[in-house]
Amino acid sequence: MSGIPHDHYEPKSNFTKGVESRLPIIGLLHTTLTAPTPKNLNWMWIWGIVLTFTLALQIATGIVLVMHYTPHVDMAFNSVEHIMRNVNGGHMIRYFHMNGASLFFLAVYIHMFRGLYYGSYKAPREITWIIGMLIYIMMMGAGFMGYVLPWGQMSFHGTAVITGLFGAIPFVGESLQTLLLGAGAVGQPALNRFFSLHYLLPFIIAGLVIVHIWAFHSTGNNNPTGVEVRRGSVAEAKKDTLPFWPYFVIKDLFALAIILTVFMAVVGFMPNYLGHPDNYIPANALATPSHIVPEWYFLPFYAILRAFTADVWVVQIVNFLSFGIIDAKFFGVLAMFGAIFVMALAPWLDTSSVRSGRFRPMFKWWFALLAVDFVVLMWVGAMPTDGIYPYISLLGATYWFAYFLIILPLLGVIEKPLTPPATIEDDFNAHYGPKTGGTAAKPAE
Amino acid sequence: MFRKLTLAAVLAVSASAAVAESEVHIEDFDFSFEGPFGSYDQNQLQRGLKIYTEICSACHGMELVAFRNLHDEGGPSLPEDQMRAYAAGFEVFDQSLDDGAGDYRAATPADKFPGSSLSNAPDLSLMAKSRAGFHGPYGTGLNQLFKGMGGAEYIASLMTGYEEAPECAPEDFEGSYNSAFAAGGFPESCIDDHGHHMVPGSWIAMGQPLYGEDLDFDDGHSNSLHHEAQDVAAFLMWAAEPKMMARKQAGLTGVIFLALLSVLLYLTNKRLWAPHKHKDD
Repeated sequence: MSGIPHDHYEPKSNFTKGVESRLPIIGLLHTTLTAPTPKNLNWMWIWGIVLTFTLALQIATGIVLVMHYTPHVDMAFNSVEHIMRNVNGGHMIRYFHMNGASLFFLAVYIHMFRGLYYGSYKAPREITWIIGMLIYIMMMGAGFMGYVLPWGQMSFHGTAVITGLFGAIPFVGESLQTLLLGAGAVGQPALNRFFSLHYLLPFIIAGLVIVHIWAFHSTGNNNPTGVEVRRGSVAEAKKDTLPFWPYFVIKDLFALAIILTVFMAVVGFMPNYLGHPDNYIPANALATPSHIVPEWYFLPFYAILRAFTADVWVVQIVNFLSFGIIDAKFFGVLAMFGAIFVMALAPWLDTSSVRSGRFRPMFKWWFALLAVDFVVLMWVGAMPTDGIYPYISLLGATYWFAYFLIILPLLGVIEKPLTPPATIEDDFNAHYGPKTGGTAAKPAE
Repeated sequence: MFRKLTLAAVLAVSASAAVAESEVHIEDFDFSFEGPFGSYDQNQLQRGLKIYTEICSACHGMELVAFRNLHDEGGPSLPEDQMRAYAAGFEVFDQSLDDGAGDYRAATPADKFPGSSLSNAPDLSLMAKSRAGFHGPYGTGLNQLFKGMGGAEYIASLMTGYEEAPECAPEDFEGSYNSAFAAGGFPESCIDDHGHHMVPGSWIAMGQPLYGEDLDFDDGHSNSLHHEAQDVAAFLMWAAEPKMMARKQAGLTGVIFLALLSVLLYLTNKRLWAPHKHKDD
């Protein structure tokens, strides 16, 4: 936890001295909690806490659900209904877990777009960004496998579709799909391994979250101006920062309380709103639902997957040049994973000398369009594949790639950015006025 | 009182192999359990139970619901003796009887409702939740959000949706025409040149179960088709979501406490930051 100069923990009592000399854990906790944090952070910087809380919520509710769930193709569906009907408070725990996944993804998307707008991915925070992307991929895995466990119609047929994507990979696809499913088709082996992995992934995520926090505590937080904290001395750094506790803990908890109020209303009053009704029909291999729709949080990438059909000329060219190895199906799979991969490459694709979008007049508009594009892709991902929808998907998918591969690199060259304030202190004072009188900050009396 | 709505509902039915898609007519019934403060009407659930017992259960089962649930709070809340007597009216197969050979005995409160007696009659335990997909314009879910439309509307509309078969259909077309049913058979002769269905709904295997005045209620409530349809739909909504009232109660309590916590944290945060923020406005 180096980086920004700060006061170090000094153990005072003999006990703490003794502990600290053997395991410097009090110092670690102290450093983490008092981390110097840019004092101009706005309300977009609260989602990290929301995400941490949601991870804890999912693990806590998940552990209780496992106590009553049976991972067997003949019993899984009824064991979930057993939780809903007979387990004390089971219906609430299950609805918390189910909607908790939605809160998790809502928060992570806002968190990611926050990073994209304020340039949080840019040097020296590339590793924080990459670890964040890994967390996101793990979340997608956990979310998908969790949706399989109730063994409803969408669980079953969704599994067939998603694992089928891996089957589209040339040469190794079929073996890979068999490995994922543990058999030639969706059945008991798939349910067992998804259950196992669904329990494992959250703990890997928790580990990655610690590394994520470690990484950005090493570089210091980004902030809305993108200007770095002054690091000449502790006194200088203190002009730009306030300690995480209590200032940002209380601020974040306030935001979290408001978000949880809305979350509670969703769980209490409309818990099935974001789910698909077909998942209340037990899995039946013989009856395929007319529309297999993934959960809402996968829709943007699902739309990109479906956008590249065999009649798109890019697909045809690639198909021809690769001697038919990359067909439309595999192209779609590549596009879907590629859409996430180009996002991960943002630190190296963004050539601008200025970090924050606040001081990038052209970037602002392209970014806003990207946010709209994301929502449009989410909507079109739930639509059928006829009429005008395929064209919208294709347009949306094209912009997604264009933003990262063309617009980001180009803007750094052609855009003339505004001048950011010299220091974070200047930015903060511009909003709240300079400090008049008084010396040290007094936390709540 | 009943607003007619035409909705493109995407409904998949597990029992039907030929899945077609149709425009369907779903009426927006006013149910007592809609909205954050809505609750089940105990009398309505009891009437629905009667319809279920005397009509639906001839073919359909309800395997996830136990007889004891009929006595639960927030449900039909039959008095215990009535619930026990009701259960005793059913026979269940008990493997432990007759030295492991198994035999039939009268059901107890711990037993569950029997399953469907017809292979193509789906179990009704979760019907009201598995048919709730009235997403509204462009899949936005607005009908569900603002009109409280869900599976109960679907069931009631299905009960009232049996109509004279349209003229475009051949007379011997299999099934009964129902304007609320999306996933049944559909005659080619009712599809126009552009591939559009000329009439809403499709042909359902289930014959019309309710006609109105099928039975009398002890509470003297109307037994018109509309009311019967609504009563049985409400009952099946309870069967699918028996903890709804407890859930809404918990939700309301949670929202109130979290809102209070938000206010307290707002004030704490404001005071905490005040020494650092000096703007006078």
